[in-house]
Amino acid sequence: MSKYIVSSSPHIANERTVTTIMLEVLIALIPAVVASVYFFGFYALFLEVLSVGAAIGAEALFNLITKKEQTITDCSAAVTGLLLALNLPVSVPFYVPIIGSAFAIVFVKMLFGGIGKNFANPAIAGRIFLLLAWSAAMTSFVKPIVWSNGEAFSYFRCILKGRDGLVDVAAVSTATPLASLRFGAAKEGLLAMFLGNVGGSLGETSALALLIGGVYLIVRRIIDWRVPVTFIGTVAVFALIYGAAKGQPLAYVLPSVLGGGLFLGAFFMATDYSTTPNTKLGLTVFAFGCGLITSLIRFFGSYPEGVSFAILLMNIVTPYIDKACRPRPFGYVQKKGAKA
Amino acid sequence: MKSNRLNTLTNGIVKSNPTFRLVLGTCPTLAVTTQALNGLAMGAAVTFVLLCSNIMISLLKKVIPDRVRIPAFVVIIATFVTVVQMVMKKFLPSLYDALGVFLPLIVVNCIILARAEAFASCNPVLDSALDGLGMGFGFTLSLTFIGIVRELLGAGSFFGMPIGSLGNVSMTVFILPAGGFLVYGTLMALVNFLTGLAENRKYDSSHKEKKNEKEANV
Repeated sequence: MSKYIVSSSPHIANERTVTTIMLEVLIALIPAVVASVYFFGFYALFLEVLSVGAAIGAEALFNLITKKEQTITDCSAAVTGLLLALNLPVSVPFYVPIIGSAFAIVFVKMLFGGIGKNFANPAIAGRIFLLLAWSAAMTSFVKPIVWSNGEAFSYFRCILKGRDGLVDVAAVSTATPLASLRFGAAKEGLLAMFLGNVGGSLGETSALALLIGGVYLIVRRIIDWRVPVTFIGTVAVFALIYGAAKGQPLAYVLPSVLGGGLFLGAFFMATDYSTTPNTKLGLTVFAFGCGLITSLIRFFGSYPEGVSFAILLMNIVTPYIDKACRPRPFGYVQKKGAKA
Repeated sequence: MKSNRLNTLTNGIVKSNPTFRLVLGTCPTLAVTTQALNGLAMGAAVTFVLLCSNIMISLLKKVIPDRVRIPAFVVIIATFVTVVQMVMKKFLPSLYDALGVFLPLIVVNCIILARAEAFASCNPVLDSALDGLGMGFGFTLSLTFIGIVRELLGAGSFFGMPIGSLGNVSMTVFILPAGGFLVYGTLMALVNFLTGLAENRKYDSSHKEKKNEKEANV
């Protein structure tokens, strides 16, 4: 690279590069990975490795074919792959994370120009692609394993055929807390939901693990606290209103916050730099929109979960939020008669 | 003169392919190509209407007053669309059901109106017929191709015939509207890439002495 770089302001230099930021995100995801292995066994780890490998491989191959500079060392492909894997149910066959990661990297990220130029979070778009491609496999969940029963490897039976590979499908199938919330009250205990001992996708069940990672990112100033706080707060407020309308104001709040992919989305996916607004006000508006759409889909839509759709939709309107929330330059006086 | 006519015929197939190069008639393209057979049938219907309307409009080009030409074109096109619709309803009822509202919508298909306006209304009958045939053929080819890809990926079959156990792992997204856009966009990029490659080769062979210089600059 040339030694003299001409670029626009601000010219703030610090130690942070894309690589270090992505490595910090990967570090922050370690608790979620550990939780996924603890609750779903080693097949979860296998899926995560497969997904990360496919993401890195797809990016390397794309750069090779299009004769572009190799970009896999910035680790962003690894983050995309891992986030996508954490969005999958454990009972998916092996090719699901591979195709999902390849789609996310090639179609959502690289075809739009690579990192920083993608219009949507690749992991989110990849998840939605998989949801539309294999709806049944992506929305059926199985119970967490019991380690003392020697089930650490039991979900490897899904490797070829998905859920059909399990001996007794009915016995291990379970609903996610959000799905049971939809049909009355959540059966799952709040503590189980907080720790993650419930049905769900690999990385979403354990709110505790995600919280540890999220707080780490906020403390390290990788992400802005406004996004997760506003996102989760909005969902909580709407759950309160919805509950109040049903006569049980508090019944929906905690299950809505702890269940589903809210923590995963709010801390790790709605905070992607290139697909969220640049200003603090913009981020707040963005996160509020995410929370609003999530609540609307959860309570009134046909899907039990709406976090990924909400983030994708808000990714798409991000340029408009940026335009509306443009900060006033210092010393700038608004012209008389001209309204903002 | 003869090669001119040939050009008119082949123009619609590759160089100004209505689907991939002119990007006309995208609504039926995205909507009916969930199966290869539907794409083929839609293409055949459009080809028939395009051929007949081009001939008719070319014949009547001196008669139709300039100010009301668009309504006149639409009436002519609608006549042939009605013919196709009735024939299909009688002899191919399942295809008629599959194409649904997009069959009558051929009336306002922009390929047909565009060819009527841009070509048939200012060219002789034979040329107009060849143009209609070529454009229709290009449209049919594109729709069938998109249909084959979408059906293969989305339902694991080829013209309705299941291929092995591919149906078990097929991705439903490709027969949903989102998959239509995906396949359409990807194929369009591919076609643009390939035609660009072909044009470059033509350019290179005609400018052979300049080629080395150009490569040195790159």
